[in-house]
Formats: sequence, C-alpha cells, structure tokens
Amino acid sequence: MADARSAILEKIRAVKPAGFGDKATAWHQISRGFLAGSALSREEILHLLEDRLLDYDAAVERCAPGEIAGVVKALLDKRGKSRMAIPEGTDPTWLPAEGVDFVVDHDLPYGELDRVDGVLTGCTVAIADTGSIVVRNTAGQGRRAITLVPDYHLCVVFASSVVKTVPEAMRLLQAWNTAPITFFSGPSATADIEMTRIKGVHGPRFLDVVLVLD
Amino acid sequence: MSRIPLDPATSPAFPKAAKKSLGDQQLRRNVRHATDVIQAKRKRMVEERDDWQELRESGSQIRQHTLRYLDQYLEEFERNCTKAGGHVHWARDGKEACEIVTRLAREVSAKEVIKIKTMTSEEIHLNNALEAAGIMAVETDLAELIIQLGEDQPSHIVVPALHKNRHQVREIFKQKMGLKDLGDTPADLAEAARSYLRHKFLTVPTAVSGANYLIAETGSVCIVESEGNGRMCLTLPETLITIAGIDKVIPRFQDLEVFLQTLPRSATGERMNPYNSIWTGVHEGDGPKNFHVVIMDNARTEILADEEGRQTLHCIRCGACQNACPVYRQTGGHAYGSVYAGPIGAILTPQLQELHHAESLPYASSLCGACYEVCPVKINIPEVLIHLRHKVVEKQTKGLGKLNPEAVAMRVMANIFRSEARFRAAQKFGRTAEKPLVNRDGWIGWLPGMLGGWTQARDLQAMPDETFREWWEKRDKKEVRNG
Repeated sequence: MADARSAILEKIRAVKPAGFGDKATAWHQISRGFLAGSALSREEILHLLEDRLLDYDAAVERCAPGEIAGVVKALLDKRGKSRMAIPEGTDPTWLPAEGVDFVVDHDLPYGELDRVDGVLTGCTVAIADTGSIVVRNTAGQGRRAITLVPDYHLCVVFASSVVKTVPEAMRLLQAWNTAPITFFSGPSATADIEMTRIKGVHGPRFLDVVLVLD
Repeated sequence: MSRIPLDPATSPAFPKAAKKSLGDQQLRRNVRHATDVIQAKRKRMVEERDDWQELRESGSQIRQHTLRYLDQYLEEFERNCTKAGGHVHWARDGKEACEIVTRLAREVSAKEVIKIKTMTSEEIHLNNALEAAGIMAVETDLAELIIQLGEDQPSHIVVPALHKNRHQVREIFKQKMGLKDLGDTPADLAEAARSYLRHKFLTVPTAVSGANYLIAETGSVCIVESEGNGRMCLTLPETLITIAGIDKVIPRFQDLEVFLQTLPRSATGERMNPYNSIWTGVHEGDGPKNFHVVIMDNARTEILADEEGRQTLHCIRCGACQNACPVYRQTGGHAYGSVYAGPIGAILTPQLQELHHAESLPYASSLCGACYEVCPVKINIPEVLIHLRHKVVEKQTKGLGKLNPEAVAMRVMANIFRSEARFRAAQKFGRTAEKPLVNRDGWIGWLPGMLGGWTQARDLQAMPDETFREWWEKRDKKEVRNG
C-alpha cells in the first residue's frame, strides 16, 4: 500500500480539474476588482481609524512625535497601571522618566507576563477600514505572548503606518510574510452567548492607542 | 466528560430528527434569536461595502484556481512549512488523522491537550480518540466549552452553542465549574470561562488546533478567532498540532486580502474579528518548539472528483448559509446529524459520507437560494443539492431500471398529461379519492403509501370543487344563454 502522502497526491492528480498553463500565470489572472486604496485624505483615514477603535471600546489619544512619553504616562495614570512589560528594542523616548516600572521582556516566564499591569508596544501597520492593528515579531513589537497574556495593551501607532484597506495592509506585510503576525481589532471579545458581542475573554481586555502624527 | 459525537452514520434521517427539534420551543426560540441577530449584523457589514460582489467573485476564483493546482499547492505548503521547522503529516481519513494526533501527543507524554475550536476535529471525533488513549482534550473556545461541559453537540459551524441561551449556559457552568454565585449576563459567563481556563493556558504544554488557511507560498497557517483562546493555544504551549483538510490551502499570502474581508463580515457580522494569527513553522523564542500539521483527505478527493459537487470545497466555513436558511432556522443544527449543519452541511455531509449515509440531507432544503446569495465564495448550493438528489435517486433505484417506482409514476403522469380525456378523468378521480383525507380546514396532512413522502414535511391543499376548465365551460354556456 502506498503511503498516505502519495496516495492523496496521486488521487488529486487523477481527479482534479485541469489547470490552464502554469500556476503562477493562472494566479495572476484571478480577477481582483475590489477596492485596494481610497481617495480619502490622510486626515479622513485617521479619523476613520479612530472611529473604528472607539467602536471597539478602545481609547485613542493623538499626539506629536515629541509628546509620546507624556501621553503614555497620562494614559497609564488614568488606568492606574504602574508596572508595564515592554519588548526589547522599544524606543526609550516613549517611556516616561518616572512613575512607571518598565520590565523588558527577555523571555519572561508566562506567569510573570500574567502579573504585569500591561504591555506597551509599537505596531507594523494599522487598517482604518476595520480598526485593526497588526504587530509582528520584531524590535519594539515583541513575541506573540507579550501582547497576549497581559490584560492591558497600550499601542503606539504612527500615522504614517495607517492604511485605509485590508489589501493595502497585506501588500505592505508581504515583506515580512514569514514572521509571526498578529492582527488585533479591539480588545478580545466573544459573541458566543446569544450573539451579543462582549468585550474581554482571554486576550487583553483593555486597549488604548496613542496615535502619533508624524 | 465524554460525549457522543454527531455521527451521520448513526443519526436518524433528517425528517425524523427535524420533527423532534420542531417540538422544542426553547431551542427554536434560541436559534431564531441568534440567527436573527447575526443576519442583521452581516447585512449591515455587507451593505457598507461597495465592492462586495467583486470580493465574492475574487474569493470564488481563488478557490477554483486552488483546486486546479491542488496537488502543487499542497506540496508547496509542505516544502515551505518543513523548511521553517514544521513537520507535515498526511492522513487519508479521519481514523488515520486521529492516530497521528494521538501518536504525536503521546510522544510528548501529554496527559491533557488544550484545543482551539476546530470543526475538522469534530468531523473525525478526535476528542473521543484522544480520550481512548488516556489523553483529555480541553475545549477552550467559549461555545465549545459550553458544549463540552454540557455534554452536548455543536449545532453551528461558527457559533456551536447557538442553541443555548444565557440561562442554560449559566446552569451548565454553575454545575460543572462548581460556582455557586454566578450571574447570567454574557459578561459574567465569559469571566467564568476566563478564570476556569487561565491556569490551563499558562501550564498545559500541548495544544491542538484547526486552520482557517494554509498558505502555500510561505508554508504559514492562519487562524481567525475572537476570544484569544486561539492565540493562547498556538503561542504558549511547547507543542502544537494543527489539523486541516486538503481544502484549506490557499496559494499566496496576498490572497488573505480577500478572505480576511469576506470571512468576518459573513461569519459574525464584524468588519474584522478580534484576532488573526499567521505563523510559519517554528520561530526561535516565539511560540511552540514543536509544530506539526496534519493534512487530511477524509473523502475530500471524492468531492473533488465530482464535477458538479466540487464547488463544495470552496467553503470557508463562515456559516452565513446556516443563518440565512429557513429550514435551519426552524430545526437548528442537531437535526442534520452532522457537525456540518444547514445548507453547507446538506451538501458537504452526504459527500463526505460518499452517500453511504446522510442521504436525506440533500432534501433538507426548499431550494429557495438564500444560501447561494449570502455565500462569500459563491457556492451554488441549490445546484449541488439537486445534483445530489439525482445521485441519491440513482443509487436507491440502482438495478430496478424502468421498474423503479418513481420512474413508473412519472411515466403514468406523462401518459395522463398527454391526453385531455385522461387528464379530466384523473382530476375527477382525484377529487373523489381525496375526500376521506381532507381535513375540515381544506388541507391534507397525510397521504398513504409512497405519496406519504410529500406530506411528511408539508400539508397539501385539497383540490378545488371545480377546475378552471370546468368553470370556463360553464361560463361560456351562461354567456350563450344571456346573449
């Protein structure tokens, strides 16, 4: 008896519909008539992103590049958070000089990540249409566990990394397409009981965003 | 905590199971409420997209294209996943897939595995297989947890506990989690699930997941979810075993631009679900150290071989057809006797069973077409239903040739319709013959013998006292008299 792999592949070859030419050429012929950009102004796109984030119950604060540390401090004070995890490679100018204890994630045990008050990270791209923020494993964004285990996520989003549509984001992410990538759209939620969307299950239950106008 | 899984091989036929569901008012209220809510949200989310039809068309074309090159894409996925440190296994059927998962779990001495909701594992009864090997599977999706603790069965592919309302969930949680004071708001119940599972996430070293997409170009897996239980399972454990049907592969990373737009809007009526994870093999210092993908056929190649049925494999498991289906909305999911209920189940289940079981499912539809209209990858479900009905009849009458009762009945009908005299005689005969069967309200609720198939699920209106022809002829005579 043939091994499962050959059996399955042979069966597929025997019964599948015929392709037209090589698969790369055929792939390029797939019609993509959907919207992959927009005529909106920068400000309109940022406004849309804010709107979507508020809809998910996240708070958004705008600021200039030089004001990040101040806004971070204000948001953390408001939430009563004083011990925050940060990924390696976090820009030190984002961190308020005093009042907050920042713990750098040098492979922190999960139990330790569970005990910090929250996590502060940057992001790769944000999508206005869907209110999604995308992080990948890189300096300042960290491994996946760091934006998962803590209950509160404070994310710094630069206006220059905001796009309007999902297709624009996917094309941008293509450069890192084998890195661990996470999209998050608001705090964790579920609609499993009577289809009522409620915030906060296993992922971070609270999300704040600093929108930096660069 | 073992439960009997839904098995098309042993479930009663749909009409019988549906009758039971229809008698359960609570179930019908719950299903109606939930599907109403999702449908309304989906409608809003779809209507705000000017390019929805273009997205559907692209989705459909990507799926068609993938099936044409399926062998190549699966090999490409395997190559790239392996290169990134993943291990790819192949399983011809559910039994083989269960054996592989069990063996992998044993290799790391797992006593317990945490699971992300996966309908593929429900399809092959993986939890029972693991349990038989002494490995406890802990469901972590809220709905799947409700099902597991309630020793129940999933009734919807996206929201498996949709048939339970908050009060019922509260009772299950109170009893099984040993919580005395538990509120019944969805927030209280989600909080209970959070505390119940938190420790497991941080400590259980083995996880099992399904997959929404396998990306051939990169060898990556993509999982779309809401609660973060998925992220917990695929990030924190040492070992992750992902199980996926051969139909889950997509050509390229970029193709997600379509499905990440159509899936959340269709499935839960959201612009985007809270979390999407994409990962490739093993990443040093981030996530599991051992990563396995089990690629499973389990009759999917049989579906691929069937020219008309093939489009069933385009399905991205959004459940929109279930929410839109007037039959599903009345009966709920359990009546379908399969983890795949509703319109998609009515075509997928019989094909996965290679028509050995679930032969009544292609008839569990009024062919209204609502499912086709909402399908984000344009599966023409009514077309496949009719195709499968044809196959069921062919199979049931095999060897009977011209003698099969349905063919005989059709020939008799043809003879009657060919002659005016015979047609008139048949109408007269029908009016007389039906008399004992007509209820006081003018409807027939039961017909004898083979005709009973018609009245099993619907009433038949009695024939009128006078046909149109008779009325017209009488009217002509009257006019002649008056003139």
